[in-house]
Amino acid sequence: MVQDKITLTIDHTEVVADSGATILEAALAGGIYIPHLCYHPDLEPAGVCRLCMVEIEGRGLTIACRAPVAEGLVVRTESPEIDKVRRVAMELLIANHHVDCLACGQDGNCAIQKTSAYIGISEERLDALRKREASSPIDTSNPFFDRDPNKCVLCGICIRTCVELQRVSAIDFAFRGPETIVGTFANRPLAESRCESCGECVVRCPVGALLPKKFQQPAREVRTVCTYCGVGCGLYLGVRGDTVVSARGDDDSPVNKGSLCVKGRFGFKFINHPDRLTAPLIRKDGTLTEATWDEALQLVADKLSTYHGDQFATLSSAKCTNEENYLIQKFTRAVMGTNNIDHCARLCHAPTVAGLVQSLGSGAMTNSINEVMGAACILAVGTNTTAAHPVIGLQMKKAVARGTKLIVANPKEIDLCRFAHLFLQHRPGSDVALLMGIMRVIVDEGLFDKAFIDERCENFEAFKASLDDFDPQFVSQTTGVPWEKIQQAARLYATEKPASLFYAMGITQHTHGTDNVLATSNLALLTGNVGKPSTGVNPLRGQNNVQGACDMGALPNVYPGYQRVDNDEIRAKFEKAWACSLPAGAGVTHVEIFDDIERKTIKALYIVGENPAVSEANSSHVVDALKTLEFLVVQDIFLSETAELAHVVLPAASFAEKNGTFTNTERRVQRVRQVIQPVGQSRPDWRITCQIAQEMGKSGFDFASPEDIQDEIRSLTPSYQGITYDRIEQEGLQWPCPSADHGGTAILHTERFATKSGKASFVPLTYRPSAEVPDKQYPFILTTDRSIFHFHTGTMTRNVQGMDVLNGQELLDINPADALSLEIDNGATVEVSSRRGRVSVRAHITEACLPGVVSMTFHFSETPTNVLTNSALDPVAKIPETKVCAVQIEKPDSPAG
Amino acid sequence: MEERLSSILSSYEGKREELIPILQQIQGEFGYLPEQAMLEIARFARVPESSVYAIATFYTQFRFTPIGKKHVMVCRGTACYVRGASRVLETVEELLGIKEGETTEDMEYSLETVACIGACGLSPCIMINKKVEAKMTRKRLTDVLGKGEAAEA
Repeated sequence: MVQDKITLTIDHTEVVADSGATILEAALAGGIYIPHLCYHPDLEPAGVCRLCMVEIEGRGLTIACRAPVAEGLVVRTESPEIDKVRRVAMELLIANHHVDCLACGQDGNCAIQKTSAYIGISEERLDALRKREASSPIDTSNPFFDRDPNKCVLCGICIRTCVELQRVSAIDFAFRGPETIVGTFANRPLAESRCESCGECVVRCPVGALLPKKFQQPAREVRTVCTYCGVGCGLYLGVRGDTVVSARGDDDSPVNKGSLCVKGRFGFKFINHPDRLTAPLIRKDGTLTEATWDEALQLVADKLSTYHGDQFATLSSAKCTNEENYLIQKFTRAVMGTNNIDHCARLCHAPTVAGLVQSLGSGAMTNSINEVMGAACILAVGTNTTAAHPVIGLQMKKAVARGTKLIVANPKEIDLCRFAHLFLQHRPGSDVALLMGIMRVIVDEGLFDKAFIDERCENFEAFKASLDDFDPQFVSQTTGVPWEKIQQAARLYATEKPASLFYAMGITQHTHGTDNVLATSNLALLTGNVGKPSTGVNPLRGQNNVQGACDMGALPNVYPGYQRVDNDEIRAKFEKAWACSLPAGAGVTHVEIFDDIERKTIKALYIVGENPAVSEANSSHVVDALKTLEFLVVQDIFLSETAELAHVVLPAASFAEKNGTFTNTERRVQRVRQVIQPVGQSRPDWRITCQIAQEMGKSGFDFASPEDIQDEIRSLTPSYQGITYDRIEQEGLQWPCPSADHGGTAILHTERFATKSGKASFVPLTYRPSAEVPDKQYPFILTTDRSIFHFHTGTMTRNVQGMDVLNGQELLDINPADALSLEIDNGATVEVSSRRGRVSVRAHITEACLPGVVSMTFHFSETPTNVLTNSALDPVAKIPETKVCAVQIEKPDSPAG
Repeated sequence: MEERLSSILSSYEGKREELIPILQQIQGEFGYLPEQAMLEIARFARVPESSVYAIATFYTQFRFTPIGKKHVMVCRGTACYVRGASRVLETVEELLGIKEGETTEDMEYSLETVACIGACGLSPCIMINKKVEAKMTRKRLTDVLGKGEAAEA
């Protein structure tokens, strides 16, 4: 029988330990120090440093880090024999270590210092042992940290971190005996290896072998939430004076439990970048010129007062806080009298909101991040999770290590495929066919969850009938995936329960994006994988607060909490609360705003923290439209490509300079805290919006703090009603949280769906090809992808010194067969053109792309990928088809085709 | 290289425990382990490329640079050692103009030392590719290495 608690004696002291603990863990937990170096609580014990030598009565010497506790064990940590053995071990370690303490960044935190001080190495011995010369070159290739092999004691903590924890495996021991080193493949510099620069090894290195470059100890630290992706990792930003100098993961965050990716850990330098906007700019005689806040606010207020209703539109920001998004939509609706407000969610997850609301009643991730580990099967479709949501990608990799079956469906062979049991490489745009094919197998083989469907779903028969079109031949022809693989995937997903489905832009950014989303919810419903732990339909949201911006109603058809603007009762509620009359009809969407600008119906535009000149599909069209505006106000932290076109630019404070809340992809509302004062004269977005409204003489914008705004949000938004700053001080709450005593909702739809009937709805689907398919003139499909080292249009990451070292330019991924037939060498510059534009880019030959399919990111404004992409819209969600367009690829010298 | 590589890999299942036989066969085919081949092996066996490199560098039998047409191994086993292996090595180095572990620029010769060929009765001996050359003297060396004229000149 397994005992939970075990009692043993260490140095005549009774210690109670968990069964399964090691003697070292039991001792350390019991307050008894045993010198150790290669042990780390997050990692499997390696037992290589030999310092934690102890004596077990009746058994003799052993290393404590690998010896499990047992009932009644009597352990001694001190004896002449122990001392003799560990002294030799210690001396050998010192002899291999370049002792350079005062100049070493690890001085004071070094495990060699601590253990040798404990064991007591005399000065003479030290002098005799000490390695004086730093004979091996230091690897300085990584822009964020250095690797000094002269200090390395080969404890293997970095390797175990990279292999066990991060599952990247960029490094391993190489060579043998005295030649042994920690090395990358082919012993190349780190920056040329598979290393993702997450820095987790740097955090754990017990000596000074891995150290951040130019590290400065912070004077103080502030707990906040990362500003990059939708995962919402908790972190501590360290400050010296007014400068953010460090970032480390928050071990207590339920989201990331201390882990960070390269952007979270090293991507903070944009905050104090010299190019930050520090004063308002007004266009005078064609040039943006510095102005005072009074001047700028006056001008904006005067100008905006001359527009009303649908002549005006706002693009809000998924980077801003909930409070700011709430204010910006309130300003647009209550002050400007229009529902013309949208934000980049339109370009990423509009189909999620449209589709999942239709089928499940709520357009958000149904389950939580920490449930990933509990899934028996994960289907990751259209998500390059390790690049775009690295910390969730990490959970997936860990789940696989614990036995979860991973199915990856993606037009590109992504990093996650290394861990997949099954990889379905379907053609871009064939998602409906793929997923319906999988469902057809599940239905034909009777693997569906009949009880769940009968009890909790509607419209099954109509859906089932729509599967008839998806016969094996049609499906494998359309997707390019052999039917047997589709069968395998269907069986795995349907039988390995619980199964979680994750998706991202690969599903949504299509003219049939809503259908794609509905296909994912059909699949989850069919197998009963909704409303239970570790199941669900889990859209991974892209921006840190895109979930919150949607929740706050920065959308043309809904007020905060997805309350529809065309519902008279709801509208009356907001008219009363805001003391104004509100327009009844939905406003226009992101892409339509630019069409209306071209049609001259929209004349003034307020853009907060967005860069559509680079991010929007068919971006040349957007730039042309922006230039025709009568009045363009851009509020941002940098002079982005979009801000350069503005009449007035208002300098905003970054996430590190203001208080508020972000809502992450799992609906968790978390506190964002001010770390430093706003740089220069920049102001928090909420304050700027309030000041514009006040300057226009409007009431309802006299808030003293973001917390005041949150109180108003709570009073109008049922799902946020119970979320107060007090309650989320320590840990965020997941909405819906309808009352002050409600603990938040980790899993949606556990008992009833958020639909009118309380039941989920199957939706029959048909296959529709992408708007643009390859033809003679444009024979390749271009799809877009992400790099782990950059974020979105690069406004932040391109301003972090170092990210460009790891990824400094756009590359066109192209299959070797295509490269061969076009006679393109790896690294050669090629011209890529579509019906909308043309860019020059260097080719990267890789088998990750199928023949006929090429891919690019869109992080580099000098290579604006989105001049190529197609702005054809999904009819329901109005999302442009960024994932599929037809292109031509030519060598620069060949005649234009 | 692609074709030779995939023809070798096709006879394996892609299991981790096949790594060393695969590495040996690849080296047999190419004379060394090209980086591209190690990357392909990693992909094939679904192990990180850093692990393939770790395993390959652990064993002295694996080489990472191309080898000359004639692979000269100077035995430094006990018997050869006492009968002048170090002088044999010096002479070979002088005749070929390369040091131990190197390959001549024309890719004709590579030079390595080995622990024992197992031909102690023939000591001091060397091995060129698979052929053992016995009882080395300076003259014998210049003959078997085909460097007679150069040495005499």
